[in-house]
Amino acid sequence: MKFKDNISALDTTDLRILEALQKNARQTYTAIGKSLGLAHSTVYDRIKRMERHGIIKEYTAVIDAEKAGTKNIIAIMTIFTDPKKSDKVAEKLCEAPQILEVYTSLSEELLIMAKVVAESQESLHEFIASSVAPLPGVLRIRTSMITKKFKETRFSIADNPKKLTLIKEKHNKIGENKR
Amino acid sequence: MNSRILRTLPREKAFYFFTSIGNYTGESATSLKEFMDKISEVNLKSLEFHFYRGDFEKWIAEVLEDKELAEQIGTFRKMSPIGENLKNGLYRILIRRYSRLRSVP
Repeated sequence: MKFKDNISALDTTDLRILEALQKNARQTYTAIGKSLGLAHSTVYDRIKRMERHGIIKEYTAVIDAEKAGTKNIIAIMTIFTDPKKSDKVAEKLCEAPQILEVYTSLSEELLIMAKVVAESQESLHEFIASSVAPLPGVLRIRTSMITKKFKETRFSIADNPKKLTLIKEKHNKIGENKR
Repeated sequence: MNSRILRTLPREKAFYFFTSIGNYTGESATSLKEFMDKISEVNLKSLEFHFYRGDFEKWIAEVLEDKELAEQIGTFRKMSPIGENLKNGLYRILIRRYSRLRSVP
């Protein structure tokens, strides 16, 4: 693993470690090392380096909200915006604790898509009416409430062959430049 | 008192017209005058959504601070108007009140 000007290049060992952590982040360095045929000190060093460079952002628990007994409403807001103010709207949305995810998309118009959580339909409406609609640049909003979840997985870096190729290419280039 | 009711509000205090939960039309009003104008412009679905939730009365009473107008709208709701009757009835109430507030200093 080499870092140059804050650009990270991961090798296949790093990716295998990341894959192992994505499967189970509570594994010990020794357990990861054993499964990958690496010394636990190697695993430790690489994980610490990836933490320092923000490649590993956090370790968190994935909770089944239904089993935990919380009855929140999840909705997807599609916000049509003035293109000049779109980034500001997205940044403002990120500040709200009710907003779980924010994305921008360019189709016929510039859109922001945001996943929002609320205790009830009424609190969802209150939040959108008082905190989202008034944001300068918001033109209109479509909101769809999620009624049933069929799949939810996390993106795995090691499962994406194209990504692996790109990372390898970048790694090689950095290696070439050093020579 | 009248000038207070007729004032223009900041954007965050405006009335935002929705057609259902979370679906914002893009129309808003920052004064009684603008609210009155928008009543004749926004679609009927939006009017019915807010009217039967009591949103108009709430905003008029709490934000514009015109309890008398809010009561008139509440009384009108008891007649369960829909469609064009709702739009025309609301507009009549608003224009009457607006004209009276403008005529009395």
